[in-house]
Amino acid sequence: MNRDTRIAWINGLLLPFLNVLTAFVATAVVFLLIDVNPIEAAEVLLYGSFGYEEGIGYTIYYTTNFIFTGLAVAVAFHAGLFNIGGEGQAYVGGLGAGLAILFLDPTLGAWVFIPASIIGALVFGALWALIPAYLQAYRGSHIVITTIMFNFLAASMMVYMMVHVLRETGQMTPQSELFPTNAWMPFVHDVMAGFGYTIEASPLNLSVLLALLCSVLVWFFLWHTRWGYAIRATGKNSTAAVYGGIKPKRIIIVAMCISGALAGLVSVNELVGYQHRLIMDFHLGYGFGGIAVALMGRNHPLGIIVAALLFGTLYQGGAELAFEMSGISRDIVVVMQGLVILFCGALEYMYRPWLVRNLAPVNTQGELGATP
Amino acid sequence: MNDIFLTVLLTLDATIRVSTPLIFAAMAGLFAERSGVVDIGLEGKMLAGAFAAASVASIVGSPWAGLGIAILVSTSLAMLHGFATITHRGDQIVSGVAINILVAGLTIILGLAWFHQGGLTPALSNESRFLSITLPFVEQLALIPVLGPIYKELISGHNILVYLAFVVVPMVWWVVYRTRFGLRLRAVGENPKAVDTAGLSVIKLRYKALIVGGVLCGIAGAYISTAHNAQFTRDMTAGQGYIALAALIFGKWRPLTVMLACLLFGFLDAVAVRLQGVSIPGIGEIPVQFIEATPYLLTVILLAGFIGRAIPPKAVGTAYVKER
Amino acid sequence: MKNLAIELTGIDKHFGAVRANHKVCLQVKQGNIHGIIGENGAGKSTLMSILYGFYQADAGKIDVLGNTYSFTDSHQAIAAGIGMVHQHFMLVENFTVLENVILGSEGGLLLANGLAAARKELTRLGDEYGLKVDLDATIDTLSVGLQQRVEILKALYKGAKILILDEPTGVLTPQEAEELFRIFGALKQQGVTIMLITHKLREIMAITDQVSVMRAGEMVAHRDTKDTNREELAELMVGRKVLLQVDKGPANVRAPLMTVKHLTMADKQGVERLKDVSFELRAGEVLGVAGVSGNGQSELLEALAGIHPISSGSIEMLGVEMNAKSALGPDILRDMGVAHVPEDRHRMGLITDFSASESALLGYHTDPKINSGLWLSKDKVDANCQQLMQAFDVRPADPHLKSANFSGGNQQKLILAREMERNPEILLIGQPTRGVDIGAIEFIHQRIIAMRDAGKAVLLVSVELDEIMSISDRIIVLCDGEVTGRISAESADERTLGMMMANALDSQDSLDPFHSMDKESSTQATSQDLSA
Repeated sequence: MNRDTRIAWINGLLLPFLNVLTAFVATAVVFLLIDVNPIEAAEVLLYGSFGYEEGIGYTIYYTTNFIFTGLAVAVAFHAGLFNIGGEGQAYVGGLGAGLAILFLDPTLGAWVFIPASIIGALVFGALWALIPAYLQAYRGSHIVITTIMFNFLAASMMVYMMVHVLRETGQMTPQSELFPTNAWMPFVHDVMAGFGYTIEASPLNLSVLLALLCSVLVWFFLWHTRWGYAIRATGKNSTAAVYGGIKPKRIIIVAMCISGALAGLVSVNELVGYQHRLIMDFHLGYGFGGIAVALMGRNHPLGIIVAALLFGTLYQGGAELAFEMSGISRDIVVVMQGLVILFCGALEYMYRPWLVRNLAPVNTQGELGATP
Repeated sequence: MNDIFLTVLLTLDATIRVSTPLIFAAMAGLFAERSGVVDIGLEGKMLAGAFAAASVASIVGSPWAGLGIAILVSTSLAMLHGFATITHRGDQIVSGVAINILVAGLTIILGLAWFHQGGLTPALSNESRFLSITLPFVEQLALIPVLGPIYKELISGHNILVYLAFVVVPMVWWVVYRTRFGLRLRAVGENPKAVDTAGLSVIKLRYKALIVGGVLCGIAGAYISTAHNAQFTRDMTAGQGYIALAALIFGKWRPLTVMLACLLFGFLDAVAVRLQGVSIPGIGEIPVQFIEATPYLLTVILLAGFIGRAIPPKAVGTAYVKER
Repeated sequence: MKNLAIELTGIDKHFGAVRANHKVCLQVKQGNIHGIIGENGAGKSTLMSILYGFYQADAGKIDVLGNTYSFTDSHQAIAAGIGMVHQHFMLVENFTVLENVILGSEGGLLLANGLAAARKELTRLGDEYGLKVDLDATIDTLSVGLQQRVEILKALYKGAKILILDEPTGVLTPQEAEELFRIFGALKQQGVTIMLITHKLREIMAITDQVSVMRAGEMVAHRDTKDTNREELAELMVGRKVLLQVDKGPANVRAPLMTVKHLTMADKQGVERLKDVSFELRAGEVLGVAGVSGNGQSELLEALAGIHPISSGSIEMLGVEMNAKSALGPDILRDMGVAHVPEDRHRMGLITDFSASESALLGYHTDPKINSGLWLSKDKVDANCQQLMQAFDVRPADPHLKSANFSGGNQQKLILAREMERNPEILLIGQPTRGVDIGAIEFIHQRIIAMRDAGKAVLLVSVELDEIMSISDRIIVLCDGEVTGRISAESADERTLGMMMANALDSQDSLDPFHSMDKESSTQATSQDLSA
């Protein structure tokens, strides 16, 4: 095996594996720190997420959110952009979905409501990303800072909308009235019942199919269309992209809008699929979680689905863990997200120099043919 | 008339209390960013500091012990940021996000394990907190019109960390503009190559800057849990780290203007609280959310160059690599 | 016999697999102005960075003023009495002159004392050497010439006895350069040793005492300036290489496909990189653009390819005009039939992280032949790459292999195939054989000739004079962004071109942009007169 192949092997396989492993080991250390046997915890966690039908339903339900935000972060990453505004875009996406439903005639059929709410979420999510994208492309403001600010702006705006505009009449809770049942994304247990299978009720709804569809579309878009090609080329080497006639400003706008739209879809799963009304803070943590999912899934839809499933498992299993063992909560998932972002993202290349030195050393004399 | 005056005073008094952690955190960010390292981990370091301070203060019973540990914890996180971004040249944003998320989870998990109070730390008794200090002659001077109340309500009656914040700002200014370290700090954030060719170590300078930032963030955290409040609660920094970041940008990375930005943002916060449900004659009720959003909106507008220009240190965000 | 200021013995330096310096030896006498000349990439800057402690040599010995050192950082080199003025100034732009000067030698924890002492010392130095500059001005308000003065002051303030200047006149106007040379004189008088790195022969001849020539990482000659001349230095610098024979018949030149008139272009910093460039490119010919690298050739290619907007003048290509107001992007130019092989294949020509088949698509990803509706067909993309690889014998012929994992020659062939196989009317091609093995060079040359014989117009930019001379039909020479020579390939030789590249030809009457053949012969006559 020559040196190039070895390096490719280190970068492509060994390094990501070691990074994820390190994140897992670090999580185990946290468990030990709080006096919980990590293996026992893993058992409880796995039972909670896969041991019974309702648990599985919850697991996939959470996974759906992580797929949306993971894809969102990944699309921006491929264009060389770091969208940390997934939180805000998901939240505002909920406004789009909610408005689409609340302003339509409640007697309309599901075939109007469901597509309308999806489009509402897509458009509002995209709009919330469009402004930072425009400011980066044409005004030179840094997209990371602007998207952070937009997360907070989204929070304020949503509270305002919820308290002053959309609050259910006569209620104190800042949430909208219940969506008409026609506008509910069907639950999987209901659909299965229609086919004659009985499964335990869970929040799992057909949004999961939307998430899978989006994964396929993102994969198709990024790797099998000219626009995806242009996005990836810009992200990898913007000088070469300009040489190839690609316009980076346009790429920033397009990639961010897609990213924001995907993040917006979290609301379809959460609100249209389960809560059936516009509520506060339904989005919390999924936008940031998407960063961990994308980093761990190597920005590829397949990897993202796997990573999202892992975090979905942790999320649901974490709830079980909190229930079964005292002194622990599902926030352990957040810890793990942080560790994944740290080791798969910020410290991505920590092991590389060491690995390259030991597994693929440079042989200067040999390669140059120079005499010592 | 007197009522309005008192209301203004109380609002300003609240402004100072709310601004204090922003000032510490923004000064921390100033050191990091002036050295060329983006620090969106201010939030996480503050939160960790707040947790550490409240935990230790509740166990040991001394706010000073809490403060010490808060500084230690926050500085360790700053060193983690340095290890990732300076030593391993990892992405500064990703590293900051990692720290924020990690801390958000860890504080709850550890809090639960140690105190079994649903992620909170035990409520602190007065001995374990930084309490307000009444300055001398308050009562005697209270009778003087205007100045008396100002002295009593606004200047006196804060805890030691508040006063420290307003001492720290001129100190930061002095360090940044009047000392050798400050000169090198400003240089390394603008043109690390110039620093390198002058025979100085870019890496060491950036680590030093992060250490100072870690210390200041630790104080900010301790203030939040052991001075402004009396225990640690989940996510209690509530985005103040990001507001501090916004203030840093809004103040154009200069100590005194950054402090003014912190005071402005703090004032908006205090006003938002006061205006809750209050109808202003002629205008009607201003939605609180609108006032809350103002700092972020102002920062976005400034960054986009619509009002003046915020030009960050030139080398900020990039790891230093010798050419080739 | 003066004492030696610098003695370098057997300096070796590698960057990964690239050999930047090989067994370099150099002696510089105290109080002299010593020139180091060589083309870009010859290893001059690396050598000086080693001397300045910025890089560490892999092997070799450094003596400064009689003591042996092994510098591990610039601080030690500064302490040993070496000062360096880099090509790109190492100044903090929003600092004052005074702050820049004391950075790294502040004289204590507090600035106040250091600043006061520095002010006094700098005033003295300014008087002594005629280096006047407003000490309280911030750098970004100063002209480039004054910024350079600050760099020199910085070095002197830190006690430099030996001053290294890397391409100091590259950014200066002729007047500023004259002023700089005057300062050199003053410094020399005070016993300061000056090492001047440049590729400009005129400067070497005008002000140095000794000159050393570097080529391909090695020191190839040392001369006393009075015993040498421009011609010899030009030859030493470029080096005599085996002339590659290219079979080509006479050119069948037809109508112009591209007319460039008074083209001027400034870079992002506002520095003019191209000045009033005019020429014609005709169907059925190869027009070579010669010049020492960094004299505007890259900018010319980028302007013609629509990558960088031009400041004034016009470019008419295939009947369409581009000027400062109406720019055409690379995508539109490609559609029109203008292909571009960029100089730097890693930075621009391909995307090293992409597979070969994706890199083979760069610039053509919207081609309807590869897209079917929305679908960018993988099969067609692979087939396209497969076909290109076959046509240009790219090995391994594996479209799925990462672009980075091909050898330089095969990467280049892939790019050439991409740009040439679409049968463009105009081919812009930069450094076609840089880092390419001998076999591939011949192949690439034949392909370029084949394009020309098919009646296409080729503009060839190369720093290899053999290449320029053996492939081109006509040659223009760029120096400092201006056209300083026009000559037909038959009448060109290395000496003449070398003189033109150094802008050493004084005759301007032959510089008619749309020259005919007989005028070219007169150019040749003039240059021979000069060199005789």
